[in-house]
Amino acid sequence: MIKKEMIAMLLAGGQGSRLGVLTAKVAKPAVAFGGKYRIIDFPLSNCINSGVDTVGVLTQYQPLRLNTHIGIGIPWDLDRNIGGVAVLPPYEKSSNSEWYTGTANAIYQNLEYMESYNPEYVLILSGDHIYKMDYEVMLDFHKQNGAEVTIAVMPVPMEEASRFGIMIADENKRITEFEEKPEHPRSNLASMGIYIFNWKTLRSALIAMADQPALDFGKHVIPYCHEKGSPLYAYEFTGYWKDVGTLNSYWEANMELIDIVPEFNLYEEYWKIFTKSEIQPPQYFSADSVIERSIVGEGTNIYGKVYNSVIGCGVTVGKDAVVRDSIIMNETVIGAGCELNKAIVAENVTIGDNVKLGVGEEAENETAPHIYNHGIVTVGEKSVIPGGVTVGRNTVISGITSASDYKDSCLASGKTLIKAGEQQ
Amino acid sequence: MRAIGIILAGGNNHRMKELSQKRAICAMPIAGSYRSIDFTLSNMSNSHIQKVAVFTQYNARSLNEHLNSSKWWDFGRKQGGLFVFTPAVTADNSNWYRGTADAIYQNLHFLKASHEPYVVIASGDGVYKLDFGRVLEYHIQKKADITVVCRDMEPGCNVERFGTIHMNEESRIEEFEEKPLQAKTNTISCGIYVIRRRLLIEMMEKCAEEDRYDFVRDVLIRYKDLKRIYGYKMKEYWRNIASIEDYYSTNMDFLKSDVRDYFFKQYPDIYSKVDDLPPAKYNVGARIQNSLISSGCIVNGVVENSVIFKKSYIGNNCVIKNSIILNDVYIGDNSYIENCIVESRDTIRANSRFVGEDGIRIVLERNERYML
Repeated sequence: MIKKEMIAMLLAGGQGSRLGVLTAKVAKPAVAFGGKYRIIDFPLSNCINSGVDTVGVLTQYQPLRLNTHIGIGIPWDLDRNIGGVAVLPPYEKSSNSEWYTGTANAIYQNLEYMESYNPEYVLILSGDHIYKMDYEVMLDFHKQNGAEVTIAVMPVPMEEASRFGIMIADENKRITEFEEKPEHPRSNLASMGIYIFNWKTLRSALIAMADQPALDFGKHVIPYCHEKGSPLYAYEFTGYWKDVGTLNSYWEANMELIDIVPEFNLYEEYWKIFTKSEIQPPQYFSADSVIERSIVGEGTNIYGKVYNSVIGCGVTVGKDAVVRDSIIMNETVIGAGCELNKAIVAENVTIGDNVKLGVGEEAENETAPHIYNHGIVTVGEKSVIPGGVTVGRNTVISGITSASDYKDSCLASGKTLIKAGEQQ
Repeated sequence: MRAIGIILAGGNNHRMKELSQKRAICAMPIAGSYRSIDFTLSNMSNSHIQKVAVFTQYNARSLNEHLNSSKWWDFGRKQGGLFVFTPAVTADNSNWYRGTADAIYQNLHFLKASHEPYVVIASGDGVYKLDFGRVLEYHIQKKADITVVCRDMEPGCNVERFGTIHMNEESRIEEFEEKPLQAKTNTISCGIYVIRRRLLIEMMEKCAEEDRYDFVRDVLIRYKDLKRIYGYKMKEYWRNIASIEDYYSTNMDFLKSDVRDYFFKQYPDIYSKVDDLPPAKYNVGARIQNSLISSGCIVNGVVENSVIFKKSYIGNNCVIKNSIILNDVYIGDNSYIENCIVESRDTIRANSRFVGEDGIRIVLERNERYML
């Protein structure tokens, strides 16, 4: 009979609406990160590096890119005879068919998948954080303490603690209380959304709570286990961990990679981050190019000047173009003479010659100031920007735009320009 | 595809000097991210050849490491696959491969156990793109016994190091000279042949009976009047790696945008083993001009007109000019390197100076490397 000590369930169904147009057509875990990666590469690589070779990936929102990226798991060595990676979308049942209505509901709907591996422990992960973590060490901690549930926590500055789910633990790290986004936090241990459950505990909790609408781990399952008296422990993690849920935190996390010795080091030999590499050629720099404090992916051609930027694979930066403090994703073409300041340009975008992005005074975004802020220009995937236009800060552009969409060849700061269509 | 593939990858070449000490020519790194055998393997895969045998002999460690999985070239299949044949001692043979024909003869079981009617034989040291399906069509249309892929070399090219070919107006080969002292034509053989599988088996058995071991001398040249041997002319880019000068200039060719475009942008692609390296990183002080840099590199200095392979580290205030830096090289601060090929896994101490005064200098620096 098949027996896996620990299997992982990776929640990858969320939209990540605070990433704006970046997640208009793809789920957040499939958004590009750090030049050649996608966000989901980090938890998937952590799994295989920790010896967890059975991973169920729960998808729901816009799964196409995620499905093609994961495939049968070859890049992460998750193509296995027994176990490996399985993509688990919601499915129709003979009665009570429904979408995944909450994090725990998604896991509940896949009890059979977990059952088939007969695990001792189940690791619950989310697909939207950047970090390197050895889940085996966390499992050791779980076993040592005789825990039924272990929650990975991270010390955060006290003044920020009210943004998180906060765990209050005794000196043995046993959790005594928890608070969801407390106004006056009594601890600074924030939950990272990473849990190890004893399979039996998880199974009975999910079945008992099955009728709860929008069944959620933080709101329902953890409190239920606590009330039942299951020992809950907090596993303190002090390494690099970054939530990239907003455009600004996404931009910052990318920019941290270009430091001389970055806090999050991709160059370590023994904890590699794996990804699907479609583009293999080396990168080319022309005779009059300039590059400084940047990372660049495979197959990119740089004819212009690039400073403090993260450039993906297969990108072209035209002659005399200047790219500063920006993130350019795979296969995007930036025309000659362009000027980009603090821009996030998604995949397969074409920017015409002499376009200026991110210039002028800041102004609040007219449609979604809570998403588009910090002066960032965001360009959605497969967009087209015609040559010669000037675009202000806190702006967003998506779709095929033409010169007539830009009044006086200009898109003022704070404007939103979303058009239909995408380039093939 | 109605053919199987054979890649002859056993050769060594003293004209590669120190670079061949470490590896077979077919495992030579090319264009930043590839090995020379990737081109032939990718061409076979892209031509839908499903079953490929690689014959290796000389210093195959590096090549075997590169071929440790067949999935990169899409040969990990139930039907077909990638086979690596090194010489083996058997009940009735204890010889090395004594020549290309002998290598095929010693692995005749591979040919006998296949069912495809044709065989494409190619050397593993060419840098080119070719649809073998088109060569096979031509072979059938000409009713040829053997088709040899050939190419007119540019005037001024030293063709004496190749096999030269003279064809009649119907493209039938009338003259074939191996490494002639004075070449009469500038048409050379690319070392790529198409032949019917049964005919190949028959000819290899005959060669073995007569103690003949070389495919070119003992098959192509010996049988050129008896068998219908035709030339298929390819016009596109083709180079082979036979000397330090070839190796250097072929790598430098990839600094030209048309060559890069032809290999990297135009379908079909060339595949290589995936190394899962992070993006290349450029710190303050980096200045890169007309150069190729591969993934996993960290650059702090100046690089001009050079090709830097994977995972190299270039220290502060370094200057690298007109050079090729192979995989995983560490170059200490303030070093100056010009007209050199730096062997892979070298560790160059800080403040070093290496300059190729007349011609290309090969740098072998086996120093201790202190990892951070």
